[in-house]
Amino acid sequence: MKISLKWLREYVDITLSPHELANRLTMAGTETEGMQCIGENWTGITIGEITDINPHPNADRLKLVTVNLGSEQTTVVCGAPNVRIGSKVAFAPVGAQLIDGHSGEPFRLKSARIRGVTSNGMACSEKELGISDSHEGIVILPDEAPIGTPLAEYLGDVIYDLAITANRPDCLSVIGVAREVAALTGQELHRPDTSYAEAGHPIEQQISVEIADPELCSRYCASLITGIRVAASPRWLQQRLLKCGMRPISNIVDITNYVMLEYGQPLHAFDYDQIQDRKIIVRRAAAGEKITTLDGLERTLSPDMLVIADQKRAIAIAGIMGGIDSEVADGTSSVLLEAANFNPGSIHRTGSALNMPSEACNRFERGIRPELVDEAIRKATKLIIELAGGQAAKGLIDVYPNQQDQEPILLTNEKIRGLLGIDFSTDRIVAALTSLGFTCEIATNSSGVRATAPYWRSDIKQEVDLIEEVARIIGYDKIPTTLLGTTLPSQSPEPMVKLKQMIRCHLRGYGFQEIVTYSLTSLEILRKLLPDNSIEPTPIRMANPMTAEQEYLRTNLRANLLTTLYSNRKHEDDSIRIFELGKVYLPRQNDLPDEPEILCALLNGPRQSKSWHEGDSPVDFYDAKGTVESLLHNLVTNLDFEKSSDASLHPNKQAAILIDGNKAGIVGELHPGVREAFDICEPTYLIEFNVTTLLPFTTGHKMFRPIPRFPAVVRDIALTVDREVPHHSIQSNIEGTHLVTKVTVFDVYSGGQIPGGKKSIAYRITFQSPDHTLTDDEVDKVQKQIIDKLSRELGANLRS
Amino acid sequence: MISRLEQLKLGALKELDLITDAKEMELWRVNYLGKKSELTGILRSLSSLAVEERKPVGTAANRIRTELENGLDQKKCALREIQLTAVTREEDIDVTLPGRPLPTGRLHPITKTINEVCEIYNSMGFQVTSGPDVEWNYYNFEALNIHDDHPARDVMSTSWVDIEADKDRGQMLLRTHTTSVTARVIESQNPPIRVVEPGRVYRYEATDATHTPMFHQIDGLAIDKGITMADLKGTLYEFARRFFGEGRGVRFRCDYFPFVEPGVEMAIECLVCNGRGCRLCGNTGWIEILGAGMVHPRVLERGNIDPETYSGFAFGMGIDRLPMLRYGIDDIRLFYNNDLRFLSQF
Ligand SMILES: [Zn+2]
Repeated sequence: MKISLKWLREYVDITLSPHELANRLTMAGTETEGMQCIGENWTGITIGEITDINPHPNADRLKLVTVNLGSEQTTVVCGAPNVRIGSKVAFAPVGAQLIDGHSGEPFRLKSARIRGVTSNGMACSEKELGISDSHEGIVILPDEAPIGTPLAEYLGDVIYDLAITANRPDCLSVIGVAREVAALTGQELHRPDTSYAEAGHPIEQQISVEIADPELCSRYCASLITGIRVAASPRWLQQRLLKCGMRPISNIVDITNYVMLEYGQPLHAFDYDQIQDRKIIVRRAAAGEKITTLDGLERTLSPDMLVIADQKRAIAIAGIMGGIDSEVADGTSSVLLEAANFNPGSIHRTGSALNMPSEACNRFERGIRPELVDEAIRKATKLIIELAGGQAAKGLIDVYPNQQDQEPILLTNEKIRGLLGIDFSTDRIVAALTSLGFTCEIATNSSGVRATAPYWRSDIKQEVDLIEEVARIIGYDKIPTTLLGTTLPSQSPEPMVKLKQMIRCHLRGYGFQEIVTYSLTSLEILRKLLPDNSIEPTPIRMANPMTAEQEYLRTNLRANLLTTLYSNRKHEDDSIRIFELGKVYLPRQNDLPDEPEILCALLNGPRQSKSWHEGDSPVDFYDAKGTVESLLHNLVTNLDFEKSSDASLHPNKQAAILIDGNKAGIVGELHPGVREAFDICEPTYLIEFNVTTLLPFTTGHKMFRPIPRFPAVVRDIALTVDREVPHHSIQSNIEGTHLVTKVTVFDVYSGGQIPGGKKSIAYRITFQSPDHTLTDDEVDKVQKQIIDKLSRELGANLRS
Repeated sequence: MISRLEQLKLGALKELDLITDAKEMELWRVNYLGKKSELTGILRSLSSLAVEERKPVGTAANRIRTELENGLDQKKCALREIQLTAVTREEDIDVTLPGRPLPTGRLHPITKTINEVCEIYNSMGFQVTSGPDVEWNYYNFEALNIHDDHPARDVMSTSWVDIEADKDRGQMLLRTHTTSVTARVIESQNPPIRVVEPGRVYRYEATDATHTPMFHQIDGLAIDKGITMADLKGTLYEFARRFFGEGRGVRFRCDYFPFVEPGVEMAIECLVCNGRGCRLCGNTGWIEILGAGMVHPRVLERGNIDPETYSGFAFGMGIDRLPMLRYGIDDIRLFYNNDLRFLSQF
């Protein structure tokens, strides 16, 4: 909310500098988001009066204007169309800092010869003074502007842009902020005079009001002013509205806005003569009821919306906007002024449903107190009489069916100490609360006070609310700074956090770059993952997607990784290894989706960065599998692989990752069709596993194994087997043999001297006994057993 | 006899000087120091000499043998040196050529920041925990005193899930803050509680340099008997000191969040202007880092924790902002575009 410092000064004496004031307000909860200092740079600019105007000898459109500055007279060249003898103007002498009327850049005024006449200064436009963009004519000041006074003194101001928190609608007003300033600086609030002469007939003879739904309207207050004249507002009022960011319209409308800014209570003025049968009914709209609002749009209403109606029709949407039929217009002579209190939730829903945010709506939906209406309606009525003429009817309409007074709340010193960690004396507590308008009474049977909130505060409901008031007035900086000294909760670290960290660290070590992608994606991208464009499982859809690219929750990480790979391939020709570890969102019946943590990684391009060392062979399946083996051998004990059939992967180049026999993930080459769908040229390898599934297999406790005491014997054997025999079955055959501690395949070969349909495969076998040094004979015997078994079970022959 | 020995020595040393390889050296050794050498013969025949000659000849012969042996050792060393020099001269490489590259991986700057923040809170006894991204209206809003018509909802524009609402827990949504995890922890755990909750959060907002529909937050919560706002200030101050460095000014001011009372906002002195005021800090000299406060009694009651016995504090902080401030990153979208030219800088 924008607040003028000058306006604020009408209610409270301010001795702090504008910056100090901003800081005090900010610290106590009213944040100053911006500060505009009007007149900061107006050094030397004074108020002058035009005493003479003569034609320029050499230019028809220019004039020679004589300005009286009090102590001196000066004549300058002026081209503005609105110069008149007797006008008060803002006069800038040579050396003044101004804004260029055309370029908008700041400049320093120099003495100039204009068409042969020297001009030492100028009368300024609003744009040249930096007040607005208006440059059509010079600023004409009000007649009472004192000649010779510095302009900054007369017109200067500071406009604060304050962020009012949602709990403090009372501060959406100049008086509300003035109350804060008074409390924070130990000043008294000067209350404006709201008295006026009630010259007309009693109001109840001229209008009646009925609240049909007291739940949505707790209070309705009205005054009636007859014989008014609608015109433009005086300059001072227009200026104040403009400074607060509101556009002047007419005196009546401006007064309702002005008083709303002053007190925080929205008001509405009806053309009294348009109210049928002199009766106002505050009721819910009928289903489908229509009203054309002030902006000329026809609105269709529903029964959860509240309207102000006469006997025949709705004449306003309560708290949102008036109807065009009862608008105060040029010919209006009598005004019914409304100050009411509407249900915050209802106003919020209506404002959102009709998409009609407004200053009034903003205040009502935060829950202002019904008591704000009293002073606001009087002040507005007073201003209408003063500025638009007419006379006020005797009395006010005030329908307030269920008045709710503020209840006293007990605040104990003990609770303050318990919550703030510091003791404040009862005197200090009372002083803080009293400065904010609370009434305090020393509690009788406990040490503390019973405090009652002032009528304008809607946010004080319990003891902690009082504690915050005390703390913010005394200052948060008075609260000490301590470290937690309470019991340390039993430490049971979430194993998933640790596992995720380990996986990330290992992959970083293997040269993978971590990426983080959005959780939302599109069906179009998910479709690319399967050669037949099907989608499995069906992803969860958003009810209000922002864009088509962000319409569905991702069910896998593959699509985002492939998209990232594609976009980086455009500028990167080196090896790319990327991974993401994050959640996917799988629908479940009648519950939140399942959100397993998934690891997905891609390898693409050369195995090693291009260098002068080795050739640049591309990555292959075994690079991907090697990554899985290195990573998972660190984390689990029983890792295995078997052929798999994931439709997004190459049918012959993929394997399921098994942990203790359970399928936990997959490794393989991307299906060429899928790869093409993502516009990726080279073969791409994918690793994917479910970290959540993996978790239970990683938490086992490891035990130390002693270092072997007796030397190992190493033997190499080369076998010829059918090509179809997988390495895995040979290895497990050898591994199961007595005394064998390690089996390593070190050569696989076919063609050449190897007969067709066969392959040669060579193993290094390590033999070791835990209790003695092996003899050659012993090893020979075991080796023979192995070869016999391989020959028997797999048809393998020893190559000589 | 002695002069013969001197002669022998001079001859031998002269010959030694000319030797250039190991083989010649061995021949020389056999020749002058071997079992059949003249010197050995002299030493062996000492007993046959006259008594008065025996001592001076013996002394001289032994001295000469030591001198020849020393000469041989020195020659051996000299030859070895020559040989090694020759070998290493052969093995010449260009040390200016680059080394064999090891693959270099990196963690995402957001992950690194979360790790760093969690580590600081860990050391103060806070444990990392987590909750679902897709959340019930209840935990994201209702349990935190943010009812349906609360104005605070307007600033947290919500992405709703297209699934029929639950009777008790309301509509499903993408959590707008990690404070939803705080609501879950209060409901499911008993004091003493000390947790931090990092994770993804979502807003229904158009993307620009300062907004993305998804970003990261970390919330924290401590509940026990006797926890005060002084503890809140101390904990957050300690975090700021360790994350932003000793001597960086920290400010606590009053602010409003529906689920805490009193409410606190913590700001640090601007990293660009050090408090003098600049564009980054909107000329205030301060940069807001997090919102916090003492957990509202109604929030505790909803989780069946008695506010008369227990108190606690909660805080919530944006993660993305931290590396942006630290590295001067001016566009939040860079984190989620995953351009390797950006990611490889961290
Ligand atoms: Zn700054």
